[in-house]
Amino acid sequence: MPKTLPKVDVVTVGVGWTGGILAAELARDGMKVVGLERGKERTTADYLHGHDELRYALRYKLMQDVSKETITFRNNRGQRALPMRQLGSFLLGENLGGAGVHWNGQTYRFFPYDFEIKSLTEKKYGKEKIKKDYLVQDWGITYNEMEPYYDQFEKACGISGEENPMAGKRSNPYPTPPMKSTPILEKFKKATKQLGYQPYQIPSANLSEPYMNQYDQQINACQYCAFCERFGCEYGAKSDPVVTVIPAAKKTGNYEIRYHSNVTEVLYDGEKVTGVKYVDIYSGEEYIQPAEVVALTSYVMNNVKFLLMSNIGEPYNPNTGRGVVGRSYCYQILPGATGFYDEEQFNSFMGAGALGTSINDFYGDNFDHSDLDFIHGGVISITQTGKRPIANNPTPPDTPRWGKEFKRNSIKYYTRTLSVGSQGASLPHRENYLDLDPTYKDAYGLPLLRMTYNFTDQDKKLHRYITKKTAEISERMGASKTVPHPELKDYSIVPYQTTHNTGGAIMGEDPNTSVVNSYLQHWDADNLFVVGASAFPHNGGVNPTDTVGALAYRAAEGIKMYRKNGELLV
Amino acid sequence: MADEETYSRREFLRKSGYAAGGLVGGGLIASLITKQVMEEDPKTNPSDPNLSNDHFNDAFMFFTNRDDFRVLASSCERIFPDDENGPGAIRLGVPFYIDHQLAGPWGNNTKEYMLGPFYKGKRTQGYQSRLNRGEIFRQGIQKIKVMSQMEFQKSFQELEADQQDNILSAFAQNKVNMSGTSSAEFFELMRAATIEGVYADPMYGGNRNMEGWKMKDFPGAQMAYIRQIQSDQFIEMKPQSLHNMLNK
Repeated sequence: MPKTLPKVDVVTVGVGWTGGILAAELARDGMKVVGLERGKERTTADYLHGHDELRYALRYKLMQDVSKETITFRNNRGQRALPMRQLGSFLLGENLGGAGVHWNGQTYRFFPYDFEIKSLTEKKYGKEKIKKDYLVQDWGITYNEMEPYYDQFEKACGISGEENPMAGKRSNPYPTPPMKSTPILEKFKKATKQLGYQPYQIPSANLSEPYMNQYDQQINACQYCAFCERFGCEYGAKSDPVVTVIPAAKKTGNYEIRYHSNVTEVLYDGEKVTGVKYVDIYSGEEYIQPAEVVALTSYVMNNVKFLLMSNIGEPYNPNTGRGVVGRSYCYQILPGATGFYDEEQFNSFMGAGALGTSINDFYGDNFDHSDLDFIHGGVISITQTGKRPIANNPTPPDTPRWGKEFKRNSIKYYTRTLSVGSQGASLPHRENYLDLDPTYKDAYGLPLLRMTYNFTDQDKKLHRYITKKTAEISERMGASKTVPHPELKDYSIVPYQTTHNTGGAIMGEDPNTSVVNSYLQHWDADNLFVVGASAFPHNGGVNPTDTVGALAYRAAEGIKMYRKNGELLV
Repeated sequence: MADEETYSRREFLRKSGYAAGGLVGGGLIASLITKQVMEEDPKTNPSDPNLSNDHFNDAFMFFTNRDDFRVLASSCERIFPDDENGPGAIRLGVPFYIDHQLAGPWGNNTKEYMLGPFYKGKRTQGYQSRLNRGEIFRQGIQKIKVMSQMEFQKSFQELEADQQDNILSAFAQNKVNMSGTSSAEFFELMRAATIEGVYADPMYGGNRNMEGWKMKDFPGAQMAYIRQIQSDQFIEMKPQSLHNMLNK
């Protein structure tokens, strides 16, 4: 029998960005908040000896242990889903701060077009523009309504940036100036300007100068050490949940984090949730933590898994198109081109996770789609994140994969390639969804989440179009040889692509086509909030974290309102 | 050596914000202190000049006989050969690196999901073997030995380089029959492990004397590039290992 603990105001399932933001906002508002974190505690001091590519980047030191829990994957419903036995395509986080610790820190806002994608596309191009089977819909919130929440999150992080001429209006400038520019970035700026585009420095959570946030937490200045993505920052110079929001919550005395606590069920009586059941993975003991409000604040996968396991909301059925939980799972595509330089050598081993320059001339509807058979687009960037030697062995095409010539070329071009890359938006499709696997189980005997996903026709066309643009930029930059990324084929779980997974518990205006309302409040349980990129109705063509953070601030406001009036907010 | 300047501690403190006004967060101070303590802690720095310089780590943790190890070593050397660019896999210690990795969590797949049922799966579904990496290497090396005898009536390590390449190519092209895995899967693992051994921090047994990094002009575990990041010259720096960092 699980032991029932005293009731608290709010329990969050997971303590990363979203759990940390809710804790800071709600504990400061006087609520008693408990954060259940299945991993361990960690601090900045844990990263001082962390410049170890093998341990962190290759052996996934900071990532989820998939021997205990993973997902299963198949490209389509005709296939048998099999477990993702090792990490690859995306890197799930674990321990305090979650994936918010090992991110790069690129902190873009989504664009006004994203939030009203369906209305704006149909208004300009007609009803036929969005093809059958694509479940594109408006978000139930506009950019202008989102702006204050973006502003709050960017202030919590102290984002370093400069005005992006094509982005939505800002109420305030970036809290800190942009990061340094470098010869690599300047090369991209010059080329894109010549082509008539408008480059700007990537908004960065690796800060250009020391900064104090609204909770009196200091974030330090980036030292450009080049160990960001897949690493924690030993300087406390990359804004993550552990240095920005979690200490703010702790200071109030209203916040408790319980480590090694793995939630197995959200308790639901058909109208409201009453709390969560969890197991202390050290002692093996089970507990019930009753709460006035439950917030699911784990990554996309587990937010959806908890809803499905706890029978909250109708699971999506791809046969009928009915049901909502697991619907609209999206990812991203990565068009791009690699430039090989025979004459120049670059300091590409130096850098920072969010050091880069971008253009938005091919984002959203910033370019005319009248004669194009896809919608949306993607950011195009050059980044200088710091190339490490195990993972970076670029060779021109036709170089063998091993042996003398491989050795020569991979050594030569390690410091002689510059890649122009993009993140292409990803639109929901009827056949791409998440549900529970009928066969495979996790370490607690619970079903694994099953992902059914493939790249769509829209993805392939967008990929082709943007890849061409990136290759043109690479050529203009003066590459001796430019090699565009190959055409998109079937999605594979194997090579790393991006940890920008979205959807499955999406927000919207209509309970028939969304799981949560615009406060991320569940339509079928008004004291349950499902917070994170799981709420994105589609994925934009930039990094999602700014929007995740902003939605967490929105949800925090929603929970405060709910605690006053006790009902659905929309 | 253009523009290589010492990055003074005072400057580090000022620029990073460690010494800026209103410093908060015990963890930050603690981490700085940790570094200072480590640097001065004699216990982490073996200083007895009479201690042997033998490579005690150059011994088998995974392999049980020398012949298997020589087959691995010769294979790695073909993947990353000694040439005018610098040392190959053997001189870099890569075979010992792989031996040690196979003996640990990586070789035993402790962080991989290894529950059944097992099915072959599509390419896009990735690793579906019921074998762990250690078992795959063991089997792969036996297959190399058998094939070498069959084709050339010699041990693999005694073959000419092009004969060795022929055999390894057959593995890479998935032409060799293996049980519970494929020869291409085995070859890809060996290729990946070889590259890791060339470029991973020397503490793991490969990348001897940081020679792998030197070939690539990669300076290792540096603390900061804030002074060099804007330079329009390519910067060559003396590489630094994690051991150096701890015992500077």
